[in-house]
Amino acid sequence: MERVIEPPVLARQRETSWSLTAAFVVMVAIFAIGPFVVYPVFLMKALCFALFACAFNLLIGYVGLISFGHAMFFGWASYVTAYAAKSWGWPPELAIIVGTAAAAVLGVVAGSLAIRRQGIYFAMITLALAQMLYFFALQAKFTGGEDGIQGVPRGHLFGVFDLSNEMTMYLFILVVFLAGFLLIYRIINSPFGEVLKAIRENEQRAISLGYKTERYKLVAFVLSATLAGLAGSLNSLVFQLASLTDVHWSMSGDVVLMTLLGGLGTVFGPVVGAFLVIAMENYLAPFGQWVLVIQGAIFVVCVLLFRRGIVGELAQVLRVQL
Amino acid sequence: MFEVFGIPSQALFGQLLLGLINGSFYALLSLGLAVIFGMLDIINFTHGAQYMMGAFAAYLLLHHIGIGYWQALVIAPILIGLTGVLIERLFLKHLRNLDPLYGLLLTFGLGLVIEGLFRNYYGSSGLPYQVPEALQGGRNLGFMFLPNYRAWVIVLSLAVCFATWFAIERTRLGSYLRAATENPVLVRAFGINVPRMVTLTYGFGVGLAALAGVMAAPIYNVSPQMGSDLIIVVFAVVVIGGMGSIMGAILTGFALGIIEGLTKVFYPEASNTVIFVIMAIVLLIRPSGLFGRSA
Amino acid sequence: MTPTGRLAFAVAALMCSVAAAQAQEDDVVKIGVLTDMSSLYSDIGGPGSVAAAKLAVEDFNPAAHGMKVEVISGDHQNKPDIGANLARQWYDVDHVDVIVDVPTSSVALAISEITREKNKVFLGSGPASSDLTGPKCSPNTIQWTYDTWMLANGTGKAVVKTGGDTWFFLTADYAFGQALERDTTKVVLANGGKVLGSVRHPLQTSDFSSFLLQAQASKAKIIGLANAGGDTVNAIKQGAEFGVTSGGQHFAGLLVFINDIEALSLKTAQGLVLTETWYWDMTDANRAFTKRWQASRPGKFPSMVPAGVYSSVIHYLKAVAALKSDTDGRAVVAKMKEMPTDDALFGKGSIRADGRKLHDAYLFEVKAPEESKYPGDDYKLRATIPAAEAFRPLKDGGCPLIGG
Repeated sequence: MERVIEPPVLARQRETSWSLTAAFVVMVAIFAIGPFVVYPVFLMKALCFALFACAFNLLIGYVGLISFGHAMFFGWASYVTAYAAKSWGWPPELAIIVGTAAAAVLGVVAGSLAIRRQGIYFAMITLALAQMLYFFALQAKFTGGEDGIQGVPRGHLFGVFDLSNEMTMYLFILVVFLAGFLLIYRIINSPFGEVLKAIRENEQRAISLGYKTERYKLVAFVLSATLAGLAGSLNSLVFQLASLTDVHWSMSGDVVLMTLLGGLGTVFGPVVGAFLVIAMENYLAPFGQWVLVIQGAIFVVCVLLFRRGIVGELAQVLRVQL
Repeated sequence: MFEVFGIPSQALFGQLLLGLINGSFYALLSLGLAVIFGMLDIINFTHGAQYMMGAFAAYLLLHHIGIGYWQALVIAPILIGLTGVLIERLFLKHLRNLDPLYGLLLTFGLGLVIEGLFRNYYGSSGLPYQVPEALQGGRNLGFMFLPNYRAWVIVLSLAVCFATWFAIERTRLGSYLRAATENPVLVRAFGINVPRMVTLTYGFGVGLAALAGVMAAPIYNVSPQMGSDLIIVVFAVVVIGGMGSIMGAILTGFALGIIEGLTKVFYPEASNTVIFVIMAIVLLIRPSGLFGRSA
Repeated sequence: MTPTGRLAFAVAALMCSVAAAQAQEDDVVKIGVLTDMSSLYSDIGGPGSVAAAKLAVEDFNPAAHGMKVEVISGDHQNKPDIGANLARQWYDVDHVDVIVDVPTSSVALAISEITREKNKVFLGSGPASSDLTGPKCSPNTIQWTYDTWMLANGTGKAVVKTGGDTWFFLTADYAFGQALERDTTKVVLANGGKVLGSVRHPLQTSDFSSFLLQAQASKAKIIGLANAGGDTVNAIKQGAEFGVTSGGQHFAGLLVFINDIEALSLKTAQGLVLTETWYWDMTDANRAFTKRWQASRPGKFPSMVPAGVYSSVIHYLKAVAALKSDTDGRAVVAKMKEMPTDDALFGKGSIRADGRKLHDAYLFEVKAPEESKYPGDDYKLRATIPAAEAFRPLKDGGCPLIGG
């Protein structure tokens, strides 16, 4: 029976291959010129979601666990950061830290409940937990329910950089995204990451070799949750708004779509997938519900024909690691 | 009029009865899902959209052809069941040997496509569908006023659930189906056309969803998103009941409807989440669900 | 988005991103109709509001003033984040100068903030929350057609005075619903009534059965519906199913539009008392407008919301013509407040310092089917509430723009 994720080509090499470095350089170059060509707010949104997708990919691509509830980390970090920045008047760096920390805590709680099961049951538990948190967000006073938390101030980063300037904000988001991206890459290519991949290949064997697989999976889950939360925190500051959309199950579905389209288990897949999906949603917005149709169609086509995703297929064709 | 834990009995029985009505829908929908998962190992995320198509079929049959509720109860499930057969032949067949999560992703995508298409065409606000003449009005039960139609919903779903359970667990056809799930190769060796049974079973499960949709049309708004929020709750029900257990799905559906009704009386803020809380707890203690077979 | 269009945006975005919040000088007055095109409030605002905006531009006759005017539209789907994103993009990239309509209070509040930040103009003829001219008032925002205080005062007072003195609220759980419940509660209590309880329901609920049961259990004479659009229609329909009215209780629709009455049918809605600030069949001018409006919306009738869009757009264009510029939002709004309003639909009126447009309000009662002579003949006038009394007194709003 085919595993959900096929290991990427040449995945076992530990040194960074030239293709990865090249791709990274290209990516940074594109993001550097980006804001002068395209609306910066759109790019910032794409970067936040790229980080979200990379975090999600950590769990599904390298541990082999599909979570249908990742919106809870993204969304709740978003709420906490928005609340801290608006009602407590915290500066952006502290607001982001507390939001990300909230996601980490949620990750520990959710992870310890969900990790015990696998496959479809794991997915269902994460979905159930996310739904509970959605309804909680709907009713809690501080989240503002249907109205969300509006008018979140971007503030001054470290008291110095005025984030209401679009270019400054963009630079900040880009730096944080690259840091997160590199962190994930580092995690994957570390002894810890190797154990994760071993667990994905054959958990029984890993256990028999003496690894406490539950613990590794939990740590990976919490890392994934924390970085997803970081993405959510950034998002709330970019748009100065935290709303129910961020915790809704369709947000969880979106991140699955992005990662699937880009390529599960590839390094750059989630970034590409996120950009494509956000761009599609943006440009098709005037056409209303066609966005839903196209998203669904992408799911169907990818599952039937392009299980490796765009970057995965590209890597396969070029026989490089991406 | 007496009080139970400080709540007047009138409110209690009223919400219990409403809970039973909701439970009927949960039971019918989770029955379809359980049949599909139990027999085919497919997690049918399209179920919500198929439920919605059933309701729309009833609406369209009435407004374009003039076919009323009673005929729609039979025609709509058959029509939508046929679309299910189509889906199975075109898409699901290819995923038979893959991890079931791929089936989940594909059916999820199909659900989005269907919902998107309907939303494009019909907008998001609801379309009206009248309660059929024979079932209008209601009865004052003393503790609440029960509309006749809602009573009918309970009766019909109990009947359909029982009939389905009986067909699968107690008839020869049902035993072929169950055998085919356990060991398709062996059953095929006996000359039974397994792929066709699989296709028809999927179609049947989809038909059940569509039937629930027709029943829902007069009381809930017929709108393109009527399925998507309901489907998550139904999944929770199926997981609690035990994926693959027919009786489990039915009993759990009704039971959870009632529990939800009780929660609305005693602690309304939690009424949306109680089913998920129960699901999380059940999965931790008994991962295969309350009535499930394999872990 | 064509490649050429994309390039145009790129150039525009380039200019935008370099000069962050600088207003763009161009010679086109761009009006963005931000509304609910496809869901709960699509009949109340939606394409009808777009049609009204276009009629307003036509009647203003930009060419005669040496101006070019363009109307675009967008769907906020009742979600603050989608509305906010669209507004931002419209202001930053598409050079939209003014946003109109926005029939959802939570979205309107977000739009008001963004409009203030970008120094553009927001003419809300759709939203209800009285907070828009209260604590959240802004020098860039005018609330045009109605608000929750006016509705509470109109309908609420009238109902209490005719004997409906015990209330139970069924409230849509967001800014608008809560504001409406709050304002109506004040009116009920001030007039000697009692509020026996309330229950909040999520926006766009399809099944009201358990909420209605609680309302019936409370035995309140009046079940106040602090919601709108499809939610109100569903609650009333299901109320009929559960025998609410035959049990002696009455619904008070606190925000009801003619589109809801049409959806319910006169048979179900007859006797319902409601407050609107405009009715298509009241004057010849209204009827003439409706006829033109129906060219794009056959079979439907305009509620006070599209009428408000028409009125606000015309007055805005007059102000821009007088100032000969549309770039400084605050200046345009100040001009709009300075000039008295006068248009075919609302007649003479004025705009207060806190951004509240003033005009008469009308208490209507829904006709019985026998009383209706032609389609759309739904209302009979019960009372006229003059502008001076219809809206919340300036000093009570808590608007920071009004000293103290």
